[in-house]
Amino acid sequence: MKAKKIINDPRNVVTELLEGLVWAYHGRVRKLEGVNALVKTELPPGKVGLLIGGGSGHEPLFHGFIGENMADGAACGNIFAAPTPDVILAATRALDQGKGVLYLYGNYAGDNMNFDIAAEMAAEEGIATRTVRIWDDVASAPPERVDERRGIAGDLFVIKVAGAAAATLDSLDEVYRVTAKARDRVRSMGVAVSAGSLPETGEPTFTLGPDEIEIGMGLHGEAGVSREKLLPADALVDKMMQRILADLPFRRGDEVCLLINDLGATTMMELLIVNRRVRQILEREGIAVHDTIIGSFCTSQEMAGFSISLMQLDEELKRYYDMPARSFGYTRA
Amino acid sequence: MAKTHLTIVETVQMLLHVCHGMQASKDLLSEADRAIGDGDHGVGMARGFEVAQQRLESQPATTLEELFKTVGMALLTSVGGAAGAVFGTLFRGGARGLAGREHFDAAALASWLNDGLKAVQERGKAQVGDKTMVDALQPAAARAQELVSLPLEEALPQVAEAARQGVERTKDMVATVGKAKTLGERALGHPDPGALSTYLILQYMAEYVAGRSDTATPP
Repeated sequence: MKAKKIINDPRNVVTELLEGLVWAYHGRVRKLEGVNALVKTELPPGKVGLLIGGGSGHEPLFHGFIGENMADGAACGNIFAAPTPDVILAATRALDQGKGVLYLYGNYAGDNMNFDIAAEMAAEEGIATRTVRIWDDVASAPPERVDERRGIAGDLFVIKVAGAAAATLDSLDEVYRVTAKARDRVRSMGVAVSAGSLPETGEPTFTLGPDEIEIGMGLHGEAGVSREKLLPADALVDKMMQRILADLPFRRGDEVCLLINDLGATTMMELLIVNRRVRQILEREGIAVHDTIIGSFCTSQEMAGFSISLMQLDEELKRYYDMPARSFGYTRA
Repeated sequence: MAKTHLTIVETVQMLLHVCHGMQASKDLLSEADRAIGDGDHGVGMARGFEVAQQRLESQPATTLEELFKTVGMALLTSVGGAAGAVFGTLFRGGARGLAGREHFDAAALASWLNDGLKAVQERGKAQVGDKTMVDALQPAAARAQELVSLPLEEALPQVAEAARQGVERTKDMVATVGKAKTLGERALGHPDPGALSTYLILQYMAEYVAGRSDTATPP
């Protein structure tokens, strides 16, 4: 059955959502002419640029995270498809103020290649760039092949820290160092309950049986670690937390930030029931929670399910995490 | 007499024939992608080759290198996703060795495919057996290298055939790179859509050089 979506011409989905988003930013963000890229209207002179981006359809990720102490711009691809090098390059030019631009995005083959091509083009124009790819999904590859993992909701933590670092630090290399450190300390895992659908076709991106769930499934229906019958929330959270905690590993005495992210169609009620169990486990393990974020930050259309992300803090990361931030999709007072 | 080479003007016509053919293959490619991916490969490739066609028609032909770069840039900036990066790189990266050549002959074909293969592998890190377009491109490039002294008209069908056999082999492969890798064995039995596109591009080139306009048949 085709999904019901409130859209106009499916081919204009991305452009139209970006236009709507620009209005929602109330003048703080503008769209670049002729390409699907958004940038801040006012950039402090001499600032290291922070450019994020990826396929659209995961709102508010990425383009919803532009703002004060957040990203300076976003390069937006079609639904679930990486942005093209010309879009990334246009945004790079708009953000570079002589200090270079940090590229920060999820680790997917299409994004990697397109951002790399743009980085080469930028270098030819004398613009310095460095790249941090986010690979927080523990279900997508074993720890020894961490660079093959996908980027999922943990993106928010890395963008938060990178945005604060890019607003504070004076060199691209330093912003890169802090951002890579945040990336290396984030671990996530998701579970899919039902599929989202592509606006162009209305077809679901994968199929799950009526009583089936898939633990570790990716944002685009990529296979996870196991497909099983629907479990009670506590049993499900136990399984997920076991893998997340063992992976970094998170240890007794650690201080973490916690994100419970809705993939699009899971209710706040369910997320809160999940949070209850997550906190019971963290308390038992002696891990302190510095901050909790619960809601829709990295979605996949009307996909039902959620993910749990933890970021292990140290003094430096905590300082950047605690700086106020303001964007469409995430604000910290 | 078999056609030994194409002039610049004829090469434009050959590339336009490829553009038309790839747009006509939209449903075929999307169907292939639905089996192992998210089903947008045909849409992306059709959009890319439509833009390539517009640029080829609006820009006067100058050199072989420029022609292939024009197609490459069009694909790079309009297909999107991994496919745009890979096929854009095939044409752009493969254009390097075409500099200074005045005819598109079997040697130019071999140069394009081998330089293109190298550039694609540097970009995407895929090896033969990973169930990607490299599985069609590598055997095509190798065959082209063996046939550099043949007339273009005789070389191209053999090069396209090598690519077609590569597409066949992808049916028995489990993807190890790209989004399809997470499908694991669910991808078995299905050809890789990127490999299929590689074969179709070569098949449409062969068709033009043979003076035929019959449609390429999927493997």
